[in-house]
Amino acid sequence: MNSTIVWMIIGMGVVTYLPRLLPFVLLGGVELPSFWQGVLKNVPYAVLGALIIPDVFFIQDDFWFGVIGFAAAVITAWLGANVMIVVLAAVAALSLYSLFV
Amino acid sequence: METTWAAGKMAPFRQGVQAGVAIAIGYMPIALAFGLLAKTTGLTFAETVLMSIVVFAGASQYIALSLLTAGTGVFEIVLTTFILNIRHFLMSASLNEKAEPDALWKKALYAFGITDETFSVAAMKEGTINASYMFGLIAMAYGSWVVNSGIGYAAGAGLPESLQESMSIALYAMFIGLLVPALKKQRKIVWLAGLSALFNSIGTFALHLSKGWSIVLATLLSAIIVQWLTKEGGNGGE
Repeated sequence: MNSTIVWMIIGMGVVTYLPRLLPFVLLGGVELPSFWQGVLKNVPYAVLGALIIPDVFFIQDDFWFGVIGFAAAVITAWLGANVMIVVLAAVAALSLYSLFV
Repeated sequence: METTWAAGKMAPFRQGVQAGVAIAIGYMPIALAFGLLAKTTGLTFAETVLMSIVVFAGASQYIALSLLTAGTGVFEIVLTTFILNIRHFLMSASLNEKAEPDALWKKALYAFGITDETFSVAAMKEGTINASYMFGLIAMAYGSWVVNSGIGYAAGAGLPESLQESMSIALYAMFIGLLVPALKKQRKIVWLAGLSALFNSIGTFALHLSKGWSIVLATLLSAIIVQWLTKEGGNGGE
């Protein structure tokens, strides 16, 4: 193995692990003010919004690819399907779409 | 979360494993493609698998490859990785609020496995999370990531191109499948996700922020604004 690459990997590993680890160490037994507890409880929903949009519309050069996958997932999820079914439905819809393009 | 497969009184580890199946499947095409791309970039098999073992962060690993190809220096690659992963700080802080008391070494161990995907699944789980659940969840995600990186390198394309393209929607579909049931339950969650999506779009297209900063700022702004507007109505969460 090339030692520069190995050092790069180690460096990447350290800067990836630190943000994942530090809150558990720093906030371990700390009782945050209720406003900030509320903010942290909001984070999952806010993060999901940002993780989905706008990236989902740009997974391929073809804009419609993202739109159709997005729509298939939203519709099946809205109908109450569980996460696995939502994933499979979106993949199936796009497989079908790529047959026709 | 209205899933039948993660409900019930199953042991937490098994519950985590089951919840991790969707992630394992979603990671497959991405890890296969990473392995393939790493090979074309000139990394060795060992370096490729080592990167997946040590870093375990999809977007960062892809960007490292493209920066390597572009001849970027190691320091810049590490710095970019850091900027991209600052968002996990927010996710760990949020999970810490939801976590049952566990020994710090256990938390430090599962902290390593917090990605956008494992975070989302754990955060949307009803009730609290503990180390056993996180170990199950992460074992699936990490196993899939590392093994498929190696397979991608060794086996070339692995999957037909058209299937790989279709599967690129998988993780987004999982995020949507996690979010939509929550949206249906509470108006507040529509605001949280909607505002954050809007801010992230502004950050990406208008302000040209890096992906990492854009997600961090959009998430924080949205979570704070909504909390501030609704603080009389009790605290957030379910």
